[in-house]
Amino acid sequence: MNLRSIPFSAWIGIAGIAIAIFCALFAPMIAPFGERDVVGDVWLPPGGDFLLGTDNLGRDLLSRLIYGARTTIFVALAATVLSFSLGMLLSFTAAVVGGFTDQLFSRFNDLMMAIPTLIFALVVLAVLPQHLWILILVMAVLDSTRVFRIGRAVALDVAVMEFVEAARLRGEGSLWIIFREILPNTLSPLLAEFGLRFAFSILFLSTLSFLGLGIQPPAADWGGMVKDNKDGIIFGISAALVPGAAIATLAICVNLVVDWLMKRTSSLKGGRGDA
Amino acid sequence: MPEMLSVKNLKIEATSYPPGEPPKVVTLVEGVSFTVQKGKVLGLIGESGAGKSTIGLSALAYGRGGVRITGGEVLLDGKDILTLDKNGIRSIRGARVCYVAQSAAAAFNPAHRLGDQVIEASLRHGIMSREEAKKRALYLFRVLGLPNPETFGERYPHQVSGGQLQRAMTAMALCPNPELIVFDEPTTALDVTTQIDVLAAIKHAIEETHTAALYITHDLAVVAQISDDIMVLRHGKTVEYGSTKQIIEAPREDYTRALVSVRQTKRDEAADQTGAQLKIEHISAGYANGFKVLHDVSMHLPKGQTLAIVGESGSGKSTLARVITGLLPPSEGRITFEGKELPPALKGRSNDELRRIQMIYQMADTAMNPRQTVREIVGRPLSFYFGLHGQKKTERVNELLDQIEMGTRFLDRYPAELSGGQKQRVAIARALAAKPELILCDEPTSALDPLVAEGILNLLLKLQEETAVSYVFITHDIAIVRAIADSVAVMHRGRLVRFGPKSKVLSPPFDDYTDLLLKSVPEMEIGWLERVLKTRRMESAGN
Repeated sequence: MNLRSIPFSAWIGIAGIAIAIFCALFAPMIAPFGERDVVGDVWLPPGGDFLLGTDNLGRDLLSRLIYGARTTIFVALAATVLSFSLGMLLSFTAAVVGGFTDQLFSRFNDLMMAIPTLIFALVVLAVLPQHLWILILVMAVLDSTRVFRIGRAVALDVAVMEFVEAARLRGEGSLWIIFREILPNTLSPLLAEFGLRFAFSILFLSTLSFLGLGIQPPAADWGGMVKDNKDGIIFGISAALVPGAAIATLAICVNLVVDWLMKRTSSLKGGRGDA
Repeated sequence: MPEMLSVKNLKIEATSYPPGEPPKVVTLVEGVSFTVQKGKVLGLIGESGAGKSTIGLSALAYGRGGVRITGGEVLLDGKDILTLDKNGIRSIRGARVCYVAQSAAAAFNPAHRLGDQVIEASLRHGIMSREEAKKRALYLFRVLGLPNPETFGERYPHQVSGGQLQRAMTAMALCPNPELIVFDEPTTALDVTTQIDVLAAIKHAIEETHTAALYITHDLAVVAQISDDIMVLRHGKTVEYGSTKQIIEAPREDYTRALVSVRQTKRDEAADQTGAQLKIEHISAGYANGFKVLHDVSMHLPKGQTLAIVGESGSGKSTLARVITGLLPPSEGRITFEGKELPPALKGRSNDELRRIQMIYQMADTAMNPRQTVREIVGRPLSFYFGLHGQKKTERVNELLDQIEMGTRFLDRYPAELSGGQKQRVAIARALAAKPELILCDEPTSALDPLVAEGILNLLLKLQEETAVSYVFITHDIAIVRAIADSVAVMHRGRLVRFGPKSKVLSPPFDDYTDLLLKSVPEMEIGWLERVLKTRRMESAGN
């Protein structure tokens, strides 16, 4: 792989993600004001001391945006990675082992999906103590049901191929079949799903924050910032749009990179086409 | 005789996009010229990639995705159709020139009745009224020997067999009374016993309707039965062009000569066939839904010899292979290998038992993980069974690649970077890596071009001499049986019809099915089809 073969769109995505991660890592150094400091009037327009204006309590929007990148990216990324690990492991096991295991996993998955995600999350989060890791875990488990479905579908497609049969005939164990035979051949659709799920995670986190069960104030997160400033829209104040735009930009950037990765893995040395 | 189609100096190009490189223009066909007269058939023959389908489609002024006709003329009844605009071409396609695709099952719309699809083009082009079209369809169904021609059009594609579907497609092409029909491998996907009926029907229909035809195939024996002239193609260029008689009986070029003589290798069977390394006793097997596929099958195979299992699709020959490997435990009967009974299910077998029986698949494409290199594919059995790694493993992989007559430069290639024949060779190397005593070959050559297939067969024979490995060779091709087998088992509808040494099974007196099977295999001889049809009743209703 060389740097030149990376298309322009992927560079944009990489740059966007790099900026977001940079903000998250070095927030205290680059943010002009503190995360929780009230520094001016309510809903000041952009310009002057406050590059993006102030929010509903008079805090600097840019600073909160930079700090918010920390929580938002960390929680969404952790939840997505966790949900993929969980969903893929279970779905591949179901597809490879088949029979009773498959039925058990699949029906339990159906059961989970039958309960509306949001209500499920609200109930569980309301009962459990409010820790960040519990929030991540709940998001991951709920999201993994979707990953399970698509993972099982693509794994079943590959599991019936003759090279998998050949591996079984060789006497290979399930772990080898899952990780060495099936996983490399299912990466393309799963990568695409990853990009989508990551964006959804951010939105789901925002929803939870909006309902008061996500990130707790005064800590900043992008979804919460939209909620805090939503009332301003009625008065023609655009403060809510700024974190909204940040969410959209990050989601697009992630998907640009994922698109490129997907093309790379599927065209690479006889992939199975642009799945 | 008027010239119906005249192709002059045809040149066809395509743009390919290799990953990571700038797009390249590839010449697919160059300098091809031929003529077809009314009522005559021209056979286009060549291996895959020879450009025969591309040339066939150019008669409809059509190029598959990215393919462009960049030079030459295609004269239909004296008029160049390449210069026509979109509407002009549309008025020709499906009306004056029709096309019969290889896979009729994929070419029919499963949601519509066959009759409506057969007459669709004629109605669309306004050639005839619905009543006239229906009448013509009925006439064609009769000519093509379809069962119950009056009601055949009422059926849906899934309700008729593959052979009938292929004939329905021929009826569809003939319906608008075209001047030219392009047949693109119409019988390749069919069983031999079905192929002969479809061939006979097509030949009869062409004679009845006096249409001109292009017949594309890779099987010289088939084209010899049906065409008046033959053009041999290779790498998009004409190798030889002449009358069928001249091509078959006095080929001028080396390549044509190789094609004509390809299926004539024969091997004497082993004299002593008493021992039994593999013994299959009274095996019955079926699938979970209670559908029984195998009924009381028994056969045996002496060490170091080859047992060929012959039968058409649905005869249960591949199922038998699955039973031997343990993928499908039998409901009755037992399998003994080297004097020890094999556990029926895969799970019950030890790694050593698995190692001793290896398998080669029909489609090498799907039998190898597309994300592993040749080194990984061949190396895995070495580390799995023998714990080899590092330098020793590499040395052994190199040795195996030498054995299959491929060099070490293929080590780091992926399967997609290999040709069909090379892929099958790598699959053989993977089987050999386990040092097996028995290799199950499930139609390993049927997806390959004849010359490549012959190379694979010779390789298998050579390996048998070197390593004394036994083969169970599943095939539908009698020529292959003659070439490699010591003993033969003929299967039909899940039952063993005939079993014994090759010389005995393939010589009379025959039972009905073996007789039918043997007579259906096309021979490289002009007039074979007529001769066979005389002695054999049309089995149209069944196929």
